[in-house]
Amino acid sequence: MPPSTVRILLRFLGSMNLAITLLVAIAIAAVIGTVVQQNQPYPDYVFKFGPFWFEVFKQLDLFNVYSSAWFLTILGFLVLSTSVCVYRNLPAIVKDINDYRENSQRSALLKQPYQQTFDQSATLADSLAAISALLKQHHYRFRLKQEGNSYLVAAKKGTASRLGYIFSHLAIIVICVGGLLDGNLSLKIAEWRGKIAVETRRIPASEIPAISTLGDDNLSFRANVDIAERGQADLAFIDYKDGYLLQKLPFTIQVDDFRIEHYPSGQPKSFESDLTILDPATTQAFKQTISVNHPLNYQGYTIYQNSFGDGGSKLSLKAWPLTTAQVAKSLQASVKAHTPIDTQTLEISDFRPFNVNPDPSGAKKFINLGPTFQYKLRDATGIANEYITYMQPTQQDGRWFYSSGMRSKVSESFKYWMMPADTNQRLDRFMAFYQGLHNPQKLQKLATQAANASKAAQQSDLKQRQAVAAFMVQLGQQFASGGYEQIASTIEKTVEEPRRQQVSEIYAAALQQLLKNLYLDVLQQEGVKTEAGLSDFDSQFYTDAVDAANLGYLYASPWFFELERFQHIEATGLQITRSPGQWLVFPGCLLLVLGVFCMFYLPQRRLWLLVDTKDQGVSILLAGNAVRNRYDFDREFAGIAQQLNPTV
Amino acid sequence: MNHHPYQQASYLQTRSGYDWLWAALLLLGAGYVFSQYQALMDGYEIGILLSSVLVLLGLGWQWSALKTFSLTVTTFSLLAISRYGDDLSLGETSFLLKYLFASQSAIMWMSALYVMATVAYLGLLFSGRLFVGKVASSLTWSATAMGMTGLMVRWRESYLMGADIGHIPVSNLYEVFILFSIITALLYLHYEQKYQTRSLGGFVLLVISAAVGFLLWYTFDRHADGIQPLVPALNSYWMKIHVPANFVGYGAFSLAAMIGVVFILKSRAADRNPQGFINARLPDLALLDDVMYKAIALGFAFFTLATILGALWAAEAWGGYWSWDPKETWALIVWLNYAAWLHMRLTKGWNGKPMAWWALIGFFVTLFAFLGVNMFLSGLHSYGEL
Repeated sequence: MPPSTVRILLRFLGSMNLAITLLVAIAIAAVIGTVVQQNQPYPDYVFKFGPFWFEVFKQLDLFNVYSSAWFLTILGFLVLSTSVCVYRNLPAIVKDINDYRENSQRSALLKQPYQQTFDQSATLADSLAAISALLKQHHYRFRLKQEGNSYLVAAKKGTASRLGYIFSHLAIIVICVGGLLDGNLSLKIAEWRGKIAVETRRIPASEIPAISTLGDDNLSFRANVDIAERGQADLAFIDYKDGYLLQKLPFTIQVDDFRIEHYPSGQPKSFESDLTILDPATTQAFKQTISVNHPLNYQGYTIYQNSFGDGGSKLSLKAWPLTTAQVAKSLQASVKAHTPIDTQTLEISDFRPFNVNPDPSGAKKFINLGPTFQYKLRDATGIANEYITYMQPTQQDGRWFYSSGMRSKVSESFKYWMMPADTNQRLDRFMAFYQGLHNPQKLQKLATQAANASKAAQQSDLKQRQAVAAFMVQLGQQFASGGYEQIASTIEKTVEEPRRQQVSEIYAAALQQLLKNLYLDVLQQEGVKTEAGLSDFDSQFYTDAVDAANLGYLYASPWFFELERFQHIEATGLQITRSPGQWLVFPGCLLLVLGVFCMFYLPQRRLWLLVDTKDQGVSILLAGNAVRNRYDFDREFAGIAQQLNPTV
Repeated sequence: MNHHPYQQASYLQTRSGYDWLWAALLLLGAGYVFSQYQALMDGYEIGILLSSVLVLLGLGWQWSALKTFSLTVTTFSLLAISRYGDDLSLGETSFLLKYLFASQSAIMWMSALYVMATVAYLGLLFSGRLFVGKVASSLTWSATAMGMTGLMVRWRESYLMGADIGHIPVSNLYEVFILFSIITALLYLHYEQKYQTRSLGGFVLLVISAAVGFLLWYTFDRHADGIQPLVPALNSYWMKIHVPANFVGYGAFSLAAMIGVVFILKSRAADRNPQGFINARLPDLALLDDVMYKAIALGFAFFTLATILGALWAAEAWGGYWSWDPKETWALIVWLNYAAWLHMRLTKGWNGKPMAWWALIGFFVTLFAFLGVNMFLSGLHSYGEL
């Protein structure tokens, strides 16, 4: 390029207008990045913006603005612009720092923004001594130059302000370069060159192909890994775009223990992991406990306590069949594992050993609702509902209920099924009742009893009694499979409007009779004496049990899993980073702070005092200028003038 | 020896007896704190203690009113702390605590006094009477002293709730709003004394009164005034320096914005109604322009420092010095905005009305970074949710 073109280019790149434009552009881009949530799973964006805008935003890299090519380009231009600016100004500034301007001519001094002339009767020596004392008092450094009969005292202070400019602008360059080293630019380049490909499938680490695996020679990364207690890992995962990359580590991390401490309110107080680093390069194992705010540093790698979760807790479950009268069976299952049960698959996703909630009765009290586990129950066709079940009964209106939530879509909230706990705080009585509803033989027997026992039965024949019993069994089965709702809809379908009211009442009475008999039967099996009537608890239980049975079909599960025992195994979530850029960024930050404070608090000021000897005494020309803080300089200049020439 | 009228006495020689007494008390206090709590402090915290002593010493020697202020706050706080002993429930029963110095009472006093000070400053603006101005200044000082006492006592109260719950009271929105009010007031009072002008008070105190309004809403509507234990991520010595540095920035930017408002009002009045009281009573434009610049420069310097401290903390707590978390990003936006402002002023020589407007807009950007992010955006910094 011809020199003139270079000069024009440099002038453009170093111009303040470009710098300001870039600052504003970065600010706007940053705003976009906070308005559109970054690095979410792609389906979330499709859901939020619709397929059209999703595609547009994806093309514009709006889902990861800060690592997009266009954003990095603007940043690159800022670095370039700042560099050119420093390059262009540096020589002048270095010259300025050492220059007292003691060669200034009278005409130049008279052009300064501050100036004053006055006479003193003192001798030259006294005057110069006074001037030097005065300048020292005001923390000026100065040089004296004689030219003929004139003496020029050239003074300045605040040189560091000029250094501040260099420091702060160099700092910006250094910080940006350091940040760029730690950004995922190298990954982007490798991906663009086809060296790596992002993995989006959920597959075991051993099956991840080499093209999605980064070797332990990767200099800069930020990766995560979950390790169960007493488990080990020599790899971690880097979140990248809509998937991840596998990062190999040159050592193995072993988690000896993980602990959570809690405040009395149940809020977590600390997360701690006892780690052992097993490095094949050394025979000695390196042990350290890490916690939030206290990471581990090992050979340029930093390991952080990042999160926690379940590491495969072992749960002993009792599976109650809900649609048959079979006996409950025991089941061993692990969190994050699949357990087959008949044709279904139990997929437990999480287990929490306790759930501390604010006490509904009043402020500042907390109650522990006990352990919960969350799971999906998938049928042979692959359709699954999700459940969350409490291990212990919880109190409501003075009564105790086992509760379990169900939802068929992840986006919904759980709807809870509340099953009354019996006198032993167990589920047995309710389950005996509920299973009885699904036991045709039992219903038949109870219905026959009821049909035979009624007053009308005395006059009717066997056939009529059998018909009544069969009707009751049918009612009971309808209730079991669809609650009152189903009976009501049957009536609506089969009975004409004028008679519906009457029929409903008959149906209700018959059903109540059957349910009551079923309940009394359950009580007798338990060994409760019912001849003298029911206790308050037992009657209340009946009401609650019927309510629960009525809604049971909504639970839509062939099983209820009661949690009997558990062995809690936790997993710690670790973040492993390697960021060589920080050795540029941190010194850069120091430089920036130093620069900024110097620039603002050590403003550069210059004074010249041109002393001319006269017949009687001397005449002084006082001139000055200040780069900034003119208002303060006004006062300082006036003060100095006043001190030199008190008569004014 | 040749004595000359300009013979300079060294900085230490010019210190008054009060300066030395105060310094001695300061060192004594710090020494006592160190001897008492040495076992609980790590190296960084000892460093923080030492630097706070040096900073306070420098500030007190530079600005005399701060000495009296700090002695008052210390006296009040010690009175309250000794009254408490180790029984937190005395806050409900002891007269001294319940009506004066228990943190929530002291903060109520602060709130009331700031509102009264605002009224007084506005009264000064309309009446022009010197006495009203003096009252306004005293009220502001009193409010600030009560607020500072409230924070000090709250710090102690948190430890009385449980040794593991105790922490410096800058951990949630309630606490930082108090910090914001105090710091903004102190910055204002400093400029008020330095430039001998009280007419800005009515405007600056408006921002503080707004903060007080928020504080009261947060207390009575949201009941968010209780001391909460720290989440693990906040449990670090970094909080002691990152948060206060940030609020010097926020305070200074707010101050600059209100001076910007005064600048705009004054320049309008000068054009349209030169004889009116606004033009007569408000400080001259050159002064306003200068103080506005100074406030932004101060805010920018501290905001830079605070953001860097935050980055260092993040490198220790979140696994990276910069994560583009919304709060971080908005801090960068604020920083870029004021960087642009300063470049325009210092290199392009812009001043006057456009810069005043820009300072005011900057305030809203800052406000969003401070509050808006917590309200509308989620992220790692979700400590003060609205």
